[in-house]
Parts: sequence; structure tokens; C-alpha cells
Amino acid sequence: MTSTNSRRTTLYVYVGLIVLGIIAPFFVYPMVLMKIYVFAMFGMAFNLLFGYAGLLSFGHVVFFGTAAYATGHSVKVWGLSPELGILYGVLLGTILAAVVGVFAIRRAGIYFAMITFSLVEVGHFIAMKLPLTGGENGLTQVPRGVLFGVFDLTAALVMYFFVFAVFVLAFLMIVRIVGSPFGLALRSMKENESRAISLGYSPPRLKFQAFVLSGFLAALAGSMKVMVYEFASLSDVHWMTNGQVILMTLLGGVGTFLGPLFGTVVVVFIEDYMSFLGQSVTIVTGAIFIVCIIGFRRGLVGEMPSIYAKLRNRFVPRDKTMSTATARPFATAWHSQRGCSSRKHGRSMK
Amino acid sequence: MEVFGVPLNLLLGQMMLGLINGSFYAMLSLGLCIIFGMLDVVNFAHGTMYMMGAFFTWMLGHYLGIGYWPSLIIAPLAVALIAIIIEITVVRKLYALHHVYGLLLTFGLALVIVGIFRAFYSVSGRAYSIPEILRGATDLKFMYIPTYRLWVLFASVVVCFGTWFVVERTRLGATLRAAIERPDLVSTFGINVPRMITLTFSFGAGLAALGGVLAAPIFPVSPLMGDSIMLIVFAVVVIGGLGSLLGSIFGGFALGLLEGLTKAYYPEAAHISIFIVMMIVLLLSRSDVIAK
Repeated sequence: MTSTNSRRTTLYVYVGLIVLGIIAPFFVYPMVLMKIYVFAMFGMAFNLLFGYAGLLSFGHVVFFGTAAYATGHSVKVWGLSPELGILYGVLLGTILAAVVGVFAIRRAGIYFAMITFSLVEVGHFIAMKLPLTGGENGLTQVPRGVLFGVFDLTAALVMYFFVFAVFVLAFLMIVRIVGSPFGLALRSMKENESRAISLGYSPPRLKFQAFVLSGFLAALAGSMKVMVYEFASLSDVHWMTNGQVILMTLLGGVGTFLGPLFGTVVVVFIEDYMSFLGQSVTIVTGAIFIVCIIGFRRGLVGEMPSIYAKLRNRFVPRDKTMSTATARPFATAWHSQRGCSSRKHGRSMK
Repeated sequence: MEVFGVPLNLLLGQMMLGLINGSFYAMLSLGLCIIFGMLDVVNFAHGTMYMMGAFFTWMLGHYLGIGYWPSLIIAPLAVALIAIIIEITVVRKLYALHHVYGLLLTFGLALVIVGIFRAFYSVSGRAYSIPEILRGATDLKFMYIPTYRLWVLFASVVVCFGTWFVVERTRLGATLRAAIERPDLVSTFGINVPRMITLTFSFGAGLAALGGVLAAPIFPVSPLMGDSIMLIVFAVVVIGGLGSLLGSIFGGFALGLLEGLTKAYYPEAAHISIFIVMMIVLLLSRSDVIAK
């Protein structure tokens, strides 16, 4: 498979998905689709950081929740228009991401994950105490309003296409970021940090920028969430929500563009199907986590090329097939190998 | 007598209670530390082991009428046994992978275990009565303290420093530390390193479960009790580092003490004081340049 060929395939997939997105609300309940877009956007934010910069954040739900509360509050209480409310929420979420980023990126690897996890507790606690969040009751009856004074978002289809448009823009933004020199620098840092430093890159700065960008996207997802659901609650700043988003990304494929979307589709449908389990649905989500990590770390999208290659192997004479290694346009090499601190000689307790 | 506007009795009382909370933090972060040292896995399910310890104690009492003292041994052993099964079936598959996968896998494990307990027992807390001889209060001259809490503090200090002594000062500990540094070399001495890893994991889990048994008479026994303590233990570990046993023991006690102090002066902030300290420590310390 040549690179132009694979590029064309990718283009066909994207165009096909956009067409699918346009006709989908006429067949599937729009609310389900909007839920998918919101959480897929959140997943893409997480994926930008984890998949491309190697930073596992358990804390993005704070930016998501902050933006949800801020947008909801400004629209409901101050009477802002939806676009201004979203702008305000995203701005606040991004600023918070910048502040948190200063602390979080000071530790790498596993410590980074634990710090972000701990910060969720602080965010959750503040959200519970602040009067404007409504505490345990949440912020309810957020009006959707009229976008740009033209589009009446109370109509389900108008809201759907608004969310869809934002999702597509966010997706293109990710593709752009990952393909840019900045994205390449991020990936080089993930693969081999020492070499990235020796090439003149500054990992702390790269990490900080990636963190803020990713926080921005998470905040955007949060603002859209409050517009879609018309409420914000404490679960929007709970680590469990973040865990779910990690699962969606992991299941779909870490470090792939379409992974978060596919993973979200699967998880949303599983949750709907398993809703009779109530809160114990975590048994199922936890089991998927375990299966994903032991069985297929590259996720559904990441494994697709090798499945495709296997099928080709079966139907096409052996000498004409390519090896599975060259057939992974989406996957990165990282998932199957250890980081630089593997169980080498003389490894000390860290 | 007052200290900065807070009655001395109240201050000492809160500090004492903080120290007792700290004994749980210390036991949990110590186990987390040992497991990380040996397995290179940050065990997200550690809080669940603590929860299971408390829950088994309650179940032993509720269904079989087995009292506190036998439970103090049976419950940690049961949890350690479960940990052995978990290690052999799933955690073992992780050793060739990057750290973050260990965290994610054990996160999934925690979800499964908590989900199972939730399905059967819902989230409401259950009370477990304090054993007969530890009821009542003890006069410490400056304050009265429930005898049971004093016992918790004593037990935790003994267990923590006992563990430290075994790891740092005995032949077994020396072998363990050697296996951490050079598993390949140690196995050439005829030592079964994989079995050692399994037992280390189960020991860490048993330690958390022992904490759970000690906690059962004080805190409501609920499937969610592990989650809340886990957040704090992570902060303790970020401050004390995963590398040193003493760091995690003292870190645990010190942060419990700090929480108690905050409770005396500004109760609203007590819950997040540990996290604020974590942020200050992060700002002041040298940042990691290379990912570990």
C-alpha cells in the first residue's frame, strides 16, 4: 500500500463518516448521537495528551466540568447568548488548564497521572461547595437559547447540527495539531525524551502546550455538554467520568484519530444496553478495561489495519501481501513496548 | 489555654484524630510503595483491598459470628489470597508494558471489584461494633481519647515499622531488594523471583486489608470507602515518593496530622489541605525532566 493510497482511503473514510453524521439523526435518536459527539470530543482531548504526548491525565474532567458549569451559569443567570456562554466556559476551562498544567507537568509518567487524579478531588470538592453550582442538586434548566441570533437550538435537529459542526471542527483541529511540527515534536518526545532534548526541544514547554490545548478541547466538550443536556451536575467533575473517557479512548484506539469516536459509540451503546445494572455497570466497564489492556492495547481502530492485513493474507496469495508492520497507518509503536525505564540492569526504586 | 484562638484541648484532640487517620494513610502508602518497588505497577486497586478488608470483617461478623480478633487475621489473609489470584491471572501480563498500563489495568480491576460489592450491598455504610476490651476512653492527661483509636495508632506504628525492619534489616528483605535491582542475577542464585513478586503483591494487599480491618469499627463500611482514601494516598505518595518506605510511613502520619490541624483551624479546608500541600511540594521541588 503506497502512502497516497492510504491517504486516499483515509479521506474516503472521513467523507463517509461525515455523510453518515448528516443522515444519522433521521434514523437514530439525536440525543444519543449528541452524547456520542460530546464524549468523543472529550476523548479526543484526552487522546491528544495520552496518545501523542504520553501523558495519562485523570484530571481532564475538571476542565470539562468547569466549562460546563461556567457556560450553564452564564447562559442561565446572566442571560448570555449560547455562543458567548460557550466562549466564556471554554475560556475559563482553558485558563484553569493552564494553571493546573504548571503543577502537573512537573512530574512525569506515573506521578503525573496521580497528581491529576488528586486534583479532581479538589475540583469536585470546590464544585460541591460553590453556591453557583447548586451542589448536590446540580445546575438545572439551562436554556439552550438562539445561536448567533439565528439558529434556535431548542429544536433537536438544529442543536444536533450545531454539535456535529463543533465536533467536526474539533476533529480537524486534532488532525492539524498532530500533523504539525508541534505534533511531531510531541511524538518524538514521547518516543525518546532524551533525544528530543538533545535536538533542542524543551519537553516541559511542549508538555505544557499540549496540556493546555487538550484542556481547551475538554472545556469545549464540557460547554457543549451543558448545552445538549441543559444541566450540569457533580458527575461532570467526578473522576469516574474521566475514567469512562479513558476507557472510550482505550477501547477505540489510543493515538488514533478515530479511536475516541469509535470507542465512545461502543461504550454509549453498552451503557444503554446494560442500564439495568444501574451503578454496578462499572463491573462491565472495568472488565472491558482489563480486556483492552491485556488483549488489544491498540484498540479497535488501531487493530483494524492488522485485522485487514490478516484477511488479505487469507484471500490474496502470500507473496503479494505486505507485512502487518507496514499496514498500520494509525497505530504508533509505543503500545507494544516499554518506556525508557524498562526493567534494565541497575534500575533503582523510583 | 488557647493556641492562636483555638482551645488547646480541641487542637490536641484534632491532632490526635489526624494522627489516627494518618496511620491508615501510612499503611496504605507503604503497601503501594512495596508493590511499586517490586512490580513496577502503581496499584490503583489498593483502596479496594482496604475496602475488602473492612468488608470481610463485617461479613465474618454478620454471617458467621466471628469476632474482631480472629478477623484481624482471617480478613487480610483472604484478601492476600485474592491478590495472589489477581496477580497470577491478570497483573502478571503487565510486566513487559509501560507503567501507565499497570495503572489503567488496576483501575479497571478496582471498577470491577467495587461494582461487585455495590451490586450486592449498595453504597450505604454499615456499622461494625468495637471489640469489648477496646471500648471506652483512655485518659492521656491532656485529653480523653477512645481506647480503640489508640489501639489503631499503636497497631499501625508496629506494623509499619515492622515492615520497614523486615525489608531493610533482614536477610529476606535483602533478597527482596536485590530482586528489585537485578531480578536476572537473583534468579541465578536459585531464588524464584516470579513467586517472590506474587507474594510481594499479596503482602501489600494484605497490609491494605489489615488497615481495612482496623478501620471497620471507626468508619462506615461501604463499597466506596476505598475510593476516597485512595485519592489521599496518591497525594501522600506524590509527596513522599514511591521510592522510600520511611518516606511513605512518615508522609502518611505527617499528612494525617496536618489534616487534623487544618480541621482545628479551618474545618472546611481540611479535606483538601493534603492536596494543597502536594501542589506546594510540586512547585518547590525540582521537576522531572526525563519521564520515569
